[in-house]
Amino acid sequence: MEADAVLDCLGLYCPMPIVKTAQKIKELERGQVLEVLSDDRGIKSDMPAWCTKTGNECLGVEESEGEFRAYIRRLS
Amino acid sequence: MAESMTIVVFSGELDRALAAFTLATTGAAMGMEVTMFFTFWGLDIIKKERGKVGRGNAAQVMMNKINRGGANRLKLSRMNMLGMGTRMIRALMRKYNMEQIADMIKTAAGLNVKMIACTTSMALMGLGEGDFIPEVQEFAGAATYLAAASEGKVNLFV
Repeated sequence: MEADAVLDCLGLYCPMPIVKTAQKIKELERGQVLEVLSDDRGIKSDMPAWCTKTGNECLGVEESEGEFRAYIRRLS
Repeated sequence: MAESMTIVVFSGELDRALAAFTLATTGAAMGMEVTMFFTFWGLDIIKKERGKVGRGNAAQVMMNKINRGGANRLKLSRMNMLGMGTRMIRALMRKYNMEQIADMIKTAAGLNVKMIACTTSMALMGLGEGDFIPEVQEFAGAATYLAAASEGKVNLFV
């Protein structure tokens, strides 16, 4: 998936990936996609939950070899 | 209007503070207005690290000397083992890139988490406004907390 920006959260645990996502998404235009890279498996559940609560769209969380890539479209 | 969340921080231990600040920063990152109300031992978390803390009668002065407080002096609620357990947990937190409580307080302040110190506990312990870190912007009582909590969707006691 093509993202407009990438946020590297490798090595960080809850709450940092969500806190950093909330800060980073403000730098994007509405409609643009942010890719969040994380190795905290909580992200699989946390990112969709954060998106639902903040009115952004979670386009999916891909997993490969213990690394997760979450794609978020900024809507709010 | 944004949803709101409140946390009464009654405890002054490292592990409990960690839970409180994890939820506060996440709530703020989720767009909630977060209020933390620090009371009794919870005041230890937001005391200044340096300089003299507390005044008043002998009992209050002694209490503040023995129980110095400050985010970097917090102990674990269990397995402190004369400070060894606490040092181990702090080292593990560094190893896993987790923020220490002092950093989490700054992160929370950056996310506009409102931190209130309980004035009754302050009087009891001989603490003044100058005894707290600058992130604490408000000094108030139970009515202020309850007014916020009655609007809150998530209200926690740690």
